[in-house]
Parts: sequence; structure tokens; C-alpha cells
Amino acid sequence: MSTETEFATAPSFEPDQQGHFGPYGGTYVSETLIHAHEELKEAYFRWRQDDEFMARLDADLAHYVGRPSPIYWARRLTEVAGGARILLKREDLNHTGAHKINNTVGQALLADYMGKSRIIAETGAGQHGVASATVAARLGKSCVVYMGEVDIHRQAINVFRMKLLGAEVRSVTSGSRTLKDALNEAMRDWVTNVDDTFYIIGTVAGAHPYPVMVRDFNAVVGREARRQMLAEHDTLPDALVACVGGGSNALGLFHPFLGDQDVAMFGVEAAGHGLHTKEHAASLCAGRPGVLHGCRTYLMDDDAGQIQHTHSVSAGLDYPGVGPEHAWLKDTGRAQYVGITDDEAMQAFHQLTRLEGILPALESSHAVAYAMKLAAEMRPDQTVLVNLSGRGDKDVQTVAELEGISL
Amino acid sequence: MNNRIDRRFQALAGKRRSALIPFLTAGDPDPGWTVDIMHSLVAAGADVLELGVPFSDPAADGPVIQAASERAISKGVSLSLVLKMVSEFREQDQDTPVVLMGYLNPIERYGHAEFARAAQAAGVDGILLVDCPPEEMAHLGGELDEYGLYPICLVAPTTTAERMKKIASQARGYIYYVSFKGITGANRLESTSLDKPMAELRAVCDLPLAVGFGIKGPESAAAVADVADGVVIGSALIEQLAGAGSQAEACSLASDFLAPIREAMDNSRL
Repeated sequence: MSTETEFATAPSFEPDQQGHFGPYGGTYVSETLIHAHEELKEAYFRWRQDDEFMARLDADLAHYVGRPSPIYWARRLTEVAGGARILLKREDLNHTGAHKINNTVGQALLADYMGKSRIIAETGAGQHGVASATVAARLGKSCVVYMGEVDIHRQAINVFRMKLLGAEVRSVTSGSRTLKDALNEAMRDWVTNVDDTFYIIGTVAGAHPYPVMVRDFNAVVGREARRQMLAEHDTLPDALVACVGGGSNALGLFHPFLGDQDVAMFGVEAAGHGLHTKEHAASLCAGRPGVLHGCRTYLMDDDAGQIQHTHSVSAGLDYPGVGPEHAWLKDTGRAQYVGITDDEAMQAFHQLTRLEGILPALESSHAVAYAMKLAAEMRPDQTVLVNLSGRGDKDVQTVAELEGISL
Repeated sequence: MNNRIDRRFQALAGKRRSALIPFLTAGDPDPGWTVDIMHSLVAAGADVLELGVPFSDPAADGPVIQAASERAISKGVSLSLVLKMVSEFREQDQDTPVVLMGYLNPIERYGHAEFARAAQAAGVDGILLVDCPPEEMAHLGGELDEYGLYPICLVAPTTTAERMKKIASQARGYIYYVSFKGITGANRLESTSLDKPMAELRAVCDLPLAVGFGIKGPESAAAVADVADGVVIGSALIEQLAGAGSQAEACSLASDFLAPIREAMDNSRL
């Protein structure tokens, strides 16, 4: 077996029975969906202890996703940053091009074990939609992906990929027409078709057990990284850096290191046009606790409690909430959360592309940008491990438009 | 019996009459019209009013209420403005119970204790929070109780018998039974499917049972009134109001819509 199967976690960071991480998390859903969450909780906690289920998951991760993903030492990037060694966990090399597939493979397998024939998902950048359509195609299940009208325009290539995979992409025209509204619409679908439908949530948000389940399926990233660091670099990293929209790639990397007190953790949020403006998506840096999409967490709202529109150059970070476990990690001080602007992310996008021949997703570019800043303040014998959560092929159109280039 | 909801259902039970419970989104189509529309609904036979507090992300609602919420928010309607509307309504109507229905986050921002105090002062009687099941009500529930406000609980077709008992033990005022698996305004109600859940609920719960979701007009309302203690009508009413060009027109549309429903419900009970 090439990947570790056990979901060993730090007990002090596990939620209670109702999914509360301290004051965050929980199950804030309508009564109609309570039973669906109970059913899912029961199935998930049962099957994750089942040897056959875990062996199938492991085999899928190895032979379908292509795990383990390597850790790559970005030497030229390190040189330019000037300081600590910058290492990249190459989730961009996974099948479908991002960490998202780790989770969808797991949830699709669970859907199969639960006898659900239909899959629905929400998507922002389209990566989770593609990853969901991919696993649905493979298991012969029908698939509907909800996507905000705005995102459909800025991620046309991913929309076409989903259609090629046989999924129906439904345009969401309510609210701000982005990820949060796609989530609302997926919830409405689920509440209506709850008997035969499995809702694959793409991030560590939503009601219990989603934040725990999505984290566990993504934690293969951190487990591998921890093992690889010890085997290849004889040490654990001094700092972990990952971008945070909902926060699944960050938590996937962070979680297996939570017990390693000497490993610092930095979640990088989208500061858009700047944290001092209203045009950003940094709920942990600039938001406050509230309740959205099934859980209590940090979010961006106005004085009347209405959820605010967010902005980021990267669709995958353009979300006004964040996973509840991140809220708890922030409050406990175990992880720190920082912001990177659109411009800083774009600069890092070009730097990594030109210096290392790796074209990162705009989401991951936020993490790269912060890692370079952080590395500059650290010693050359220290290491920063960045979760390079996705590849940037999907973003070339956006980058071209931003720079006034017609393709 | 301090709460208007109890008094109202008690009085209706004496007359063997089901409660007619219209829902309207506060501030839609126009914030200045809401109070008068409420009075018109009462004059046309409403027994309890459910007033929707608009929220930016109404995940349990269908397109009609979503659009109404968006319109209301765009016209500046907030939870504090909704409370002002209830205060104004109370200047002329001391008897009709008013239930605020909505989502938790606006109350989070207002503050649990501050909200409970202000809601009581305004003359609110019950609070129905779509995204806050009894398990998550511990803190807010205590504050509501402190100020004599009733938590109105939902029961759905997917609610297990065991859970019904738990909900019944926490609910006050009335139980809101969601008639089908879906969102507000969908057109799927079959009243014959209500017999079983109503019987199950009555076995574990002494509270009046209201049914909502999918009730469109006189015929479906009358059918539901045969088996339930209350009939909630929301999306169909909001659709009517959306076409109004003036306050007077909105009030007459509301009353023309509700009066035949009242009549059909009362006739079916004779």
C-alpha cells in the first residue's frame, strides 16, 4: 500500500458528538436535512473503520489519483525569496489537477456504500465540480453541479470539462451568483431529493460531519508530507503554508502536524484589493463569528447580519465563510491566518511559472506569495512547506484577461 | 396564558376552527406597506401572522421567497426594521400573534439577549429559525424563554419518531409540519399523505399542529385544514403581492387572496 489508511488524529482537535470545535461548527440545518446528516454521520464513522472500505480508498488514491504526490524543493524560488528553503507539496500533479480529488474519491466511495445513485456538488473555481463529475463518471452515477453564473463565465474551461464528463452544470443566478449561492442551491436540491442523492461538499465547511469528513479525506496530504519530510529531509518543516477559501487543502496539510508543536502553520486568505477595502474574501483575518451554511464560523457580513459579497481574483477563494475547524485553530492560536492581495498572488503566479516551470492555480499562488515573504524572514537552514494545491491551466484565460492579452 | 399564540389556538379550538397563518416577507414589495398588509390579512381572516425576516442566503426557500428576500434587503430591510414594523402593527392590533421566521445569522449579529428583549418589547410572540434545530438552540432558547418568546419548531417527513418526541418536549406555541421534502413554494403537497404524520405527532405532542409548504389556495388549504390545526400559506401570497403598484393595491390583493381561503377552510369544517 502506498498511502496510509488510518485516520489517526490529534484527540484534542476532534469535535464533540454534534460536530462542535469549541464554539464553532455544529449542525445548523433545516429539519428536513437533519436525518440526511444523521445518516451520513452514521455511515461515515462506520465505514472509515472498515478494512475493505479503507483498502478500496487507498487503492483509488494510489492508482486513480496518482498518490503519493512528491515534495519538490523549489531551489530557484528559494534563492529569489532569500531565506528558508521552500518546498512544494505537489497536489497539482494529482489526477484532475488539484487536491480536491482526494475528497471526492472518498465521498463517492461512501455514496456507493450508502447506495446513493445520484451525486450533486457545488463549485466555485470548478475544480471541485470537475473532481465530482470525474468520480461520478467512474462510478456510473448521475451528477449535477451547481455553479454561480459569475463563476461559469470566469471558469469556462472547467465548465466544459464537467460537461465532457457527463455532468449537468446548473447555473445559479440568485444572490451574488458565486460559490455561496451555488451552495444554497445544492442544499435546496438535496432537501428535495434526499432519498437517492449524495451531496459531495467540496470543502471543510457545512454541517457535521462534513468538516470532519472532508478534512479526513484530505489529510492524506499531511500524512504523506510528514512521512516524506522525515524520510527525504530528515526533519519536519518549520512552517506550513496553504491557501484558505473554505480551507480543505490547508486543513488536509495541517491536521496531521497539529501535535507537532514546533511546526508553525499559516493559512493564507484572499485579501483581494486589500484588507482595508471591502473587496476581499478574508473571513478569518477580517470577519467575525456567525452562522452560515450549516455551521458557526468566521464569516463576512454587514451590521444587519446579511452575508456580504466577497472578491478575489481566484474563484476558489471567493467565499464569505471558512471551515469551522480553522475558526477554532485561529482562536486557540495553533494556526495563524494572513492575507495576500490579488496583485501579490499574480506576482507569485508568474514567479513560480518562470523560476520553476510550474504553473500554479491562482488559489495556490496566494500560498506561494506568502511563503516567499515568510521564507525571507527565516534562516537558510529552516524549511517552509507549501501546499501547492492545484495547477493553473484553468486560470490562463483569467490571467490573460487581467493582463489585457487576447488569446 | 401569557402568550398570544396559546390564547389564539385555545379560542380557535373552542370554535373547532383551523388557524389560517399567512407568511409574508417583511418589507416586500415595499417596507412602508408591510404593516397595512398585515392588518388587511387579519381583516380577511388570518389568525396568526408569520413575518419573514429577509436573509441574504435563504437556503431552505424556493425562488419566490428568495426573490422577495433579495428585494427587501435591497430596500434596506433589516431585523431591527422588522421589529419596528411589529411595534407599529401592535399599535392597532393587540391580539393577533406574530411569529418571526428566518435564519439565525441576523439574530447572531443583533445579539441573543438584545434581540429577545427587543422582540418582546415590539410585541413578537414566537421565533421560527429555519437553520437552527433544537440541538443548537440552547443559548438562544434560554434568552427567548426569559422574555416569554416561543421557539416554534419544525417537523419534517424525514423526522424520526424518536426525534419527534425530543422536538415536542422543547417546542412551544405550535409545531410547524413541513409537508414534503423540499423547499418553500414547490408544488407537491398531497393532503392524504398528512394523515400518518399528523397521527404520529398527536401521539407525542399536545401542541397545535400547523402545516406549511406547498399550499397554494382555497382547495389545498381546506384539505389541510381537515387534518391540521393550522394552515400556513407563504409563496402563493408573496407571488400575488409582487404585482402590486401601490399600498392600497397590495392590501386589496392580500385580502382578495386570503378571504376565499378562509371561507373554504371554514366550510370544510362544517
